[in-house]
Amino acid sequence: MPLMSLTGNYAVAHAVRLARVKVISAYPITPQTTIVEKLSAMVENGELDAKMVRVESEHSALATVFGAASAGARAFTATSSHGLLYMHEVVWWAAGSRIPLVMAVVTRAIGPPWNIHVDHQDIFDQRDTGWIIGIAQENQEVLDMTLQAFKLSEDPRVYLPVMVGLDGFILSHTRAPVDVPEQELVDEWLPPRRQPYVISPESNYVMGNIAPDEVHFLMRYSMHEAMEAAKTVIKEIDKEYGEVFGRSYGGLIECHNCYDADYIIVITGSWSGDAKVASDMLRENGYKVGVARIRYIRPWPKEELEELGSRAKGIIVFDRAISMGGYGPLYSDVAGTLYSNGGKTSLVGIIAGLAGVDVGAETFKETITSIIHKIEENGFFFEPRLWLLPKDYSSREKLMEVAKRWL
Amino acid sequence: MVINLRKLPDKKYIMPGNAACPGCPETMGLRYVKMALGDNVVLVIPAGCSSVIQGISPYSGINAPILNIVFAAAASAATGMKAAFEAMGKDDVHVVVWAGDGGTGDIGFQALSGAAERDEDIIYICVDNEAYMNTGIQRSSLTPYGAWTTTTWKGKKEHKKNIPMILISHGVKYVATASVGYPTDFIEKLQRASKIKGFRYIHLLAPCPVGWRFDPALTAKVAQLAVETGLFPLYEYINGEFKLSPIAKRYKDPSKRKPIIEYLKLQGRYRHLLDKPEEIKKIEEYIENTWKLIETLEESFAPGKDRGKKIFDAL
Repeated sequence: MPLMSLTGNYAVAHAVRLARVKVISAYPITPQTTIVEKLSAMVENGELDAKMVRVESEHSALATVFGAASAGARAFTATSSHGLLYMHEVVWWAAGSRIPLVMAVVTRAIGPPWNIHVDHQDIFDQRDTGWIIGIAQENQEVLDMTLQAFKLSEDPRVYLPVMVGLDGFILSHTRAPVDVPEQELVDEWLPPRRQPYVISPESNYVMGNIAPDEVHFLMRYSMHEAMEAAKTVIKEIDKEYGEVFGRSYGGLIECHNCYDADYIIVITGSWSGDAKVASDMLRENGYKVGVARIRYIRPWPKEELEELGSRAKGIIVFDRAISMGGYGPLYSDVAGTLYSNGGKTSLVGIIAGLAGVDVGAETFKETITSIIHKIEENGFFFEPRLWLLPKDYSSREKLMEVAKRWL
Repeated sequence: MVINLRKLPDKKYIMPGNAACPGCPETMGLRYVKMALGDNVVLVIPAGCSSVIQGISPYSGINAPILNIVFAAAASAATGMKAAFEAMGKDDVHVVVWAGDGGTGDIGFQALSGAAERDEDIIYICVDNEAYMNTGIQRSSLTPYGAWTTTTWKGKKEHKKNIPMILISHGVKYVATASVGYPTDFIEKLQRASKIKGFRYIHLLAPCPVGWRFDPALTAKVAQLAVETGLFPLYEYINGEFKLSPIAKRYKDPSKRKPIIEYLKLQGRYRHLLDKPEEIKKIEEYIENTWKLIETLEESFAPGKDRGKKIFDAL
């Protein structure tokens, strides 16, 4: 299999090509743009036999691929940040219709002020829509997860659309070696498109007209059940993908040194790499630290985290998003999960890395060390929301100084 | 082209159990659409009365495959469906958008404009009942001057937005106006449009008894009066050629038109201005101006002269 030097965005494009997508529609937005550019080039030079619809907005982009998918074609779109928020209504509509679809989300901060750098506010904003939401750590996984997304979405046990998150610039615009599978292998592995119904003259099917409230309620229930079923399907696909292509990631979470760990970092996205480096450094210092990297925020890896939480002394959650006035979204889900073991595990939620502010391995290490000390000193430490403010702005006085300059 | 009603399908397209109000022009229009185009059709319907008229799932009061879609996305969803059918080698399926005046001229306008500019191979029908009827008669940009709505209690202050003209400006191949009062004219236009490839737009006037405040028995009559008074000219624009529809030709002559008051007095939405001659004059002026525009278009885009086509080709 050819090893190529690919940005995360090009890895997405190659996965879409390999999946033999029939209809693509997207609207450019930084840092997603190079996905559309690459796919346009692939369609124009005949590498990919698909219709490329260059629409006038993200709202239309998702509506277009949803229309195409409803009519029976494998379809794909990609967006980022404001584009994702703009299509939010259609995000719900697509999932509620149970139409398999795949969308890449290049995660980016939301304005104002304008900002094109990574955080996870945009993708967590989609959390409750009924889409399966995966977030990759590096470019190889971006390709693999995107390719798997088609199989996952089109599995009759699932029939839900799938988002693949990749961090803006850190992955989207950074080249890395990516093993690109052979087309023949992919063709053998990925079945032809399946979907619950097709809207066509032959089917005479109507989708979306008013249903009784009870039926609507049950449709939500069935979406949740499909999410639960997707947990099994994700693991199955991860395993068989490993057998065919040589790479498996562990299903809903990827465990880095976490099975014997006293302290577990829960995190998602590209900065998980830095957290892993930090955990290795901490291991050298004698702290048994592991990383549970969340690969899918929906369906939520409840069982895996319950299991880890039952053994660990403390769990430290890093969120690159915040529900202002509440908690980090990952934290909320972790806290909800850990309640099942009676709140015995120390738990800390940390808000960091918003708007692309970099958090390196050293910072992870220092932060985690200080939390471990607190847990070990007191036997228990609970703090749902700690702000890891940007370097040089870490005291209230300094923050006020900055604030005065801007106000 | 002469429409022989006996040769049109006599299938039941509007089924018992549909949720339309008495005298609803949308069920009339939908029936004509299917009569004209047959069964090789999928409908795309954004939010609006026709979302409700279908009735309660898992049944549908409209005998046609339908993709219901969010308000602002009808033209885009239709674009995608057509792309899918083409990609699967089913090029002959007609993808038809059936959208109200809000879904067309207001919230759905961006998607419409995008699809028209890209010349997507779809038929877009605006079923224009001149207000947001589904939410309870609020003004839209296609509500005419003077009309009462629940957001313009004293009458709308602006004239109707001219969507067909805006579509002609997009350089699309086919634009027509039609009225539910003239089914054969509408069916003829649909059949003609169905033979053209590319973006096709039909603006269908659909008088709403509930929103316009008239007797539900009079839907067809009001729809005819809109044409007979000269208020709503019926025309066709095909690939750079503009022509008045046969029914509408005689109303070029102002003396042949019925007085506008005959149209207004049937409708409760105009009740407040019936005793205000200056308001009625404004509507009459609007009719005059509309026909001036029609004359200009007839001149500029006269059939056989290729003038309009050249203009658009040069742009």
